[in-house]
Amino acid sequence: MLARGLTKRFGDREALRGVSFGAAPGELVAVIGPNGAGKTTLLSILAGIQTADGGEVETGKGAVGWVPQQAALYRRLTVEENLLLFARLEKHEDPHASVAEMLELTGLGERRGEIVARLSGGNQQRINIAIGLLSRPGVLLLDEPSVGLDPRQRARLWEFVSALAVRGTTVIFSTHDIQEAERYGNRMLVLADGEALFDGPADELREAVRTEAPGAADRDFETAFVAYLHHRGH
Amino acid sequence: MRWLLLKDLQILRRSPLQAALLIVYPVLIAILVGLAVSRGPSEPRVALLNEVPQNARVSLSGKKLPSANVQRRICGKVECVHVSSRAEAMAKVESGDVLAALILPEDLVNKINSLSTLSPGVPHVEVLVNESDPLKASVVDDKIEALLAQANLTLAKRIAVEGGRYLNLVIKGGRLPVLGGGIDILGLQASAHILEAIEPALEDGPLKVALGQVTNFAREAGENLDIAGPLIQRLAQPIAVKKIPVGGSSPPLETFAIAVAATFTLAFIAVLLVAGSLALEREENAFPRLTRGLVSSEALLGEKVLLGVVVGLIVTLLMLAGLTIFVPLEWGRFGLWLAAIVVGGASLAAAGAALGAAAREVRAVSLLAFMVTLPVAFLSLVPSGTVGKGLFDVIKVITALFPFKPTLDAMTSALEAGNGGIGGPLLHLAILAVAYTAIARLALRRFGRV
Repeated sequence: MLARGLTKRFGDREALRGVSFGAAPGELVAVIGPNGAGKTTLLSILAGIQTADGGEVETGKGAVGWVPQQAALYRRLTVEENLLLFARLEKHEDPHASVAEMLELTGLGERRGEIVARLSGGNQQRINIAIGLLSRPGVLLLDEPSVGLDPRQRARLWEFVSALAVRGTTVIFSTHDIQEAERYGNRMLVLADGEALFDGPADELREAVRTEAPGAADRDFETAFVAYLHHRGH
Repeated sequence: MRWLLLKDLQILRRSPLQAALLIVYPVLIAILVGLAVSRGPSEPRVALLNEVPQNARVSLSGKKLPSANVQRRICGKVECVHVSSRAEAMAKVESGDVLAALILPEDLVNKINSLSTLSPGVPHVEVLVNESDPLKASVVDDKIEALLAQANLTLAKRIAVEGGRYLNLVIKGGRLPVLGGGIDILGLQASAHILEAIEPALEDGPLKVALGQVTNFAREAGENLDIAGPLIQRLAQPIAVKKIPVGGSSPPLETFAIAVAATFTLAFIAVLLVAGSLALEREENAFPRLTRGLVSSEALLGEKVLLGVVVGLIVTLLMLAGLTIFVPLEWGRFGLWLAAIVVGGASLAAAGAALGAAAREVRAVSLLAFMVTLPVAFLSLVPSGTVGKGLFDVIKVITALFPFKPTLDAMTSALEAGNGGIGGPLLHLAILAVAYTAIARLALRRFGRV
């Protein structure tokens, strides 16, 4: 996936200011930044939910799967009914086979008949991701996928997502948790006020933080990162 | 689209409270309307204390008139609760057991009889009303006034008939019964004949001229006073009502009541279900996922309208079938029923979609749908002439902009022949359906994105 010079404006506010970046197959790219940085707007444009005012997006071959921040599924339907509905809407040749595959992949086979509203937030997020994967996308966009999950659920989620990347799926996820981004992302795209401040591996970001905010270099990474953003005028 | 429709029906099935409300509410309305139209308006309960002696009669010139059965007439118009004392009557009114109490005092007939004497009294009846409820008090006033007007009319007719008899006696002659006997009255016509016979025997002169004048008077009076008889009769009710229907036919009350019940049912189901269902897509965050290449906004709106039409059609037809227990319906017009329900349902569902597209919470949109549908439904039932012209024009505009009134018109036409054509309302509904779908489309574009 390749994005070039993406801009987006909401009234007087510039949500994205010429953001460019790329992601290779099997790569896990973390989009990080404070609230209002433009993370959700960027992922929405990459997913085709919103249109950019300027710039362009190349998605290459294969579909783009999108997993919104809040689970986009019907809570009064069962796990299986949700997957089956979206498989049918995506016109799968054998929707039942696709559903079985996703249930296997998410480990929710035994809970296929349960109403989604009765599942934990972590399991709802797994179904949310499974729906995003139904189209067998080459690129999977995850908007703050771990929000609201407990540590155990987070660990299971990232285990699942990492396995997808290992199979060759490009995963681009947004988060404002710097440690999560460092732990699971191969690369980090730092956004602040719609501007891309940094694009590279976690080690290089640490180095940039040390260089540009030396006073906070000996403190934890999150504090140093905040000092770095402050130094860059955000 | 069929998978989305199936999904919505599955969700509806999993929401027992919502489904129950959508079905029970209109069925309840249908039962109430059915009972109301099949049993007619209930008569108000009125306590009656009749202190008039049983043998008392209104008399005219000393002759007692036959009983006018005023009490029976009153009790034919209201549900009489006979009481034996003023205190009992008052207690029943105060407790709310009866709407009012009517007291016919002991001297009522004497006072009526005194009207034809040189010292007339004022006959009166007493009405006890509990005025704690102004609406109830107004109803009682209207009802009692109507009853008294009828009693007065009955008495006046009796008096007019007796007056006519006396007049006839004066004109044609006969026997006037007095105190068990009678007096023979010659009558004007017979007097004129006698005088005419005497007149030639008199010599010309002032006496003959005077007799001629008397003869003329007797003849003229005998011939022309005939018209006074009907005139006296008319005095009792000088103005008669001749009702001429103008400006369209009025449907029978039962048909109109059924049309109202059916339209109410259809409106609440279509508007609430579609508005709630569309808002649910956004409350569940599914809208962007669906419209991201899986379904177009137009198809989604089409599916919601179809949902409203299908569920509305089923429940409305069930309701109409249920109403046949109370009122016979013309099943031969089933095709027209279908047309009215489908087109009306589509238009109402499109209005629901426009509401649902503007809000993203089911609760908020349900409240909005109630706040819009209920007042418009009531405004649609305001008959012309009951409010000022300017206000009625405003009501006409408002009700023309929402599909309830045209659906009611279409249902009324569909249920029974002679209630106006169905084409006009259907065209109106089709225009509204297109307009509301366009509004819903715009609202989704404006509010539907993440």
